[in-house]
Formats: sequence, C-alpha cells, structure tokens
Amino acid sequence: MTSTPVIQTRDLTKSYGSAAAVRGLNLSVEPNCITAFLGQNGAGKSTTIKMLLGLVRPSSGEGTVLGMRITDAEENREMRRKVAYVAENKPLYGYMTVEQTIRFVSSFYTDWRADIASKLLNEYKLPPQRKVKSLSKGMRTKLALLLALARRPELLILDEPSEGLDPVGIEHLLQMLVALAADGVTIFFSSHQIAEVERVADHICILDNGRLLVNASLDELRQSYRRIDLVFPVPPPEREFQIVGVERIESKGHEMRVFASKNAEAVVERAHNLNAVSVEVAPVALREIFLETVKEN
Amino acid sequence: MNVFFKLTTTTGQPLYLQLMQQIRHAAETGALQDGDQLPGIRTLAEELVVSPNTVAKAYSELEHDGLLELRQGSGAFVCVKRRTRSLADHVQVARRRLRDLVERLREDGLLDEEIRRAFEAELLYPAETVRKQ
Repeated sequence: MTSTPVIQTRDLTKSYGSAAAVRGLNLSVEPNCITAFLGQNGAGKSTTIKMLLGLVRPSSGEGTVLGMRITDAEENREMRRKVAYVAENKPLYGYMTVEQTIRFVSSFYTDWRADIASKLLNEYKLPPQRKVKSLSKGMRTKLALLLALARRPELLILDEPSEGLDPVGIEHLLQMLVALAADGVTIFFSSHQIAEVERVADHICILDNGRLLVNASLDELRQSYRRIDLVFPVPPPEREFQIVGVERIESKGHEMRVFASKNAEAVVERAHNLNAVSVEVAPVALREIFLETVKEN
Repeated sequence: MNVFFKLTTTTGQPLYLQLMQQIRHAAETGALQDGDQLPGIRTLAEELVVSPNTVAKAYSELEHDGLLELRQGSGAFVCVKRRTRSLADHVQVARRRLRDLVERLREDGLLDEEIRRAFEAELLYPAETVRKQ
C-alpha cells in the first residue's frame, strides 16, 4: 500500500527516571487496516498509545497521527477530534445510567452523531435505564465503544479492548471491529491475546521491553515464517545456518531446529548440501512467532 | 449462502488464500453454481470474523482469475466457465495419481503419518522451487 500512514513515529522514546518504557520506536500504521499491537504486560503498549494521543509527553523522538504532530498542542487538539480512543479501564461514571452517560459525553462534542448513538444502543442491546456500575464488563465495553463511535472517528485506538471479556464477549467485540473496518475506520488495538488477533488483524506489531520487534503484515508472516527440523548423521556447526532470515537455532544431539522469518528455502538447500538425512519444514503459528520473538529479545 | 468456509490459523497459509481455494473448490465440485451470489465483503467478514481486507483480497483475486464477477453495489457472482469444469476433471485424475503414489509408499513400508508429514513438507516449498527441481 502506498497511502500515507495514519500513525508514524520516529525514534519515539519514553523514560521514567532511568527506566525506559519505550525505546526508539519506529512505528508505521497503514490506513483502512486492522493493526494489532501485541506485547506482554508491561511491554510499553499503553505508554505508546498514550504518547500517540498526547496524554504522555515523549522523552525524545517524534510522531504524527493523521499527519498531525503528537507533541504540538494545537495539532493534537485537532487530531483528537478525528481519533477515538477506548482506554483499557474504560473510565465511566458508575452512578449514571447508560442514557445519562451518552447524553453527558455527547455534550463535549459538536459533531456528535445522535443517530449513530441510538442505532448502536439498539444493536448492542444496551439497557438505557441501567446504572453503569451494574453493567457487565461486556456491556461496559460496548458502551465505551458506542461513545467512541458516535463521533465517526477516522481512526479508532483501543487499549486491550478484550480484557476481562468472556469468549462470547470477545467474539462480539471482534465482530464489531470487523464491521467498523468494513465502514472504512482504521483500527489500531493493543492486545496480549494472540488467538483474537490471528483472525482479524491485517498487520501485526510486536513490542517487547519497549522495542518494536516485528512490524509486518500477517499474510507475510504466515507465508515466510518456518520451523525447519533437521537430522544429521554428523551435526554441522550451527554457524553454517546463520544466514539472513534465520532467527534462532537449537541443537540436540543429531537434531537441529532452525526458526527462519524468511529464506526457509535457503536453509533447506544448505541442509541438503550438508547431508541432512531428514528435513521437515513446518509453518509457525503466530503464538510461536510471538514467543520466539520475545524469547530472542 | 449455502457453502461453509473453514479458515484456520494454524496452517502457514494466508487466510485470503484459504478463502480463495475454498470458493474455487466449491465451484469445482458444484457446491457453487454458475450465477450464484456470494455474500458481500462486510457480511462475510462479519460471519467469518476476519478483516474485510481478507475477503476483499480473495474476491478481487478470484475476479482476476475469472471465477467471480464483482458488480458494483450488488455483490459477487460466481461464473463457472468450461475451464473450471475441466479443472474438476484434473482434480479427479490427480486423486487417482495420488492414490497410486500413497499405495506405493505404503508398500515401501512408510506409515501414514510419515507420508502425511512428507506430503505437507513438500507443499510448503514455493511453487518455483518445485519446478526448478
């Protein structure tokens, strides 16, 4: 895709004292895509999202969201009108009813779309008179989404949206995200749930320990990531397989296991040249890619 | 829509390719007939819970292959030409050849599990590598 990225950062860094939460992040998110931002708890996902939204000031580096600089107060205000954000803890006032919450939030936005709000209220089957504090987690998520979507955002950013939802709730959430993407909304969401990301995401970013380790389309990852299991009569030294694309090599007696992010054919060819008696190439699931990447780091 | 699609995330194959193959297969077997309408991109994406881009990519590649006709505003329609029907014959011939091969490998003493693994490993080679050999 050649279109301008909706999110772009250069060397974005955030340190708290001597601890770096995000280190030299170069992120690029394409429009009209669903991008998943994966990482363990504490990897720096939320800090990154907050920097993008202008809620946390970067220690160094820069970035733009929808072409507007994240550190410029004026441009940030403009950007926040076009971007909707669903925070991890979904802060809502427990004493208000669903209906009161919607009315309250709508008063802050001049471009509020009451028609969308009432359509979603119906679709999500939210009880208007119910107090927020007595809503289930799934309903709270739906309400938070409704509040974000009634502003017709160009970009929707969600921080761990499925946190605390049961499998049915997660399936609903993913369906909602898919429907939004079909309407042309660009979606950027953080998660540590691989299974939910694997189906809906077009693009994957893996963050670990503040660093961006993977930034690729899921199709690419699926097609190029391979685990190659080799058996040798006399095992060659591991360095024979240290070629471009090889991420990791494990040896056990006569067996060797090579993880390649690309170039699997070259590994296979080399194995044949080194007289491997068995060569098995297998695809690697996203879960394994994630665990391998994080282990490497 | 009277066809089931089964997309899995455990094969090393992009979802759009799986979807393409399943639509093609359905057309070859007759589960999808000439003129049948497929669900819209949004509907199918919601049903399968995959990115709309996945469905869009599969549809547009199949249109390029001549198996689907996309009509503005009214969806995707299957067009089964003679070529597709002859593909069904190819598949039948291929199955016979495979059956012979599997039989021979069993006679050589290979277990089914070993044959399956070897088969899957071969399929993971990109098409060009196989041709070169």
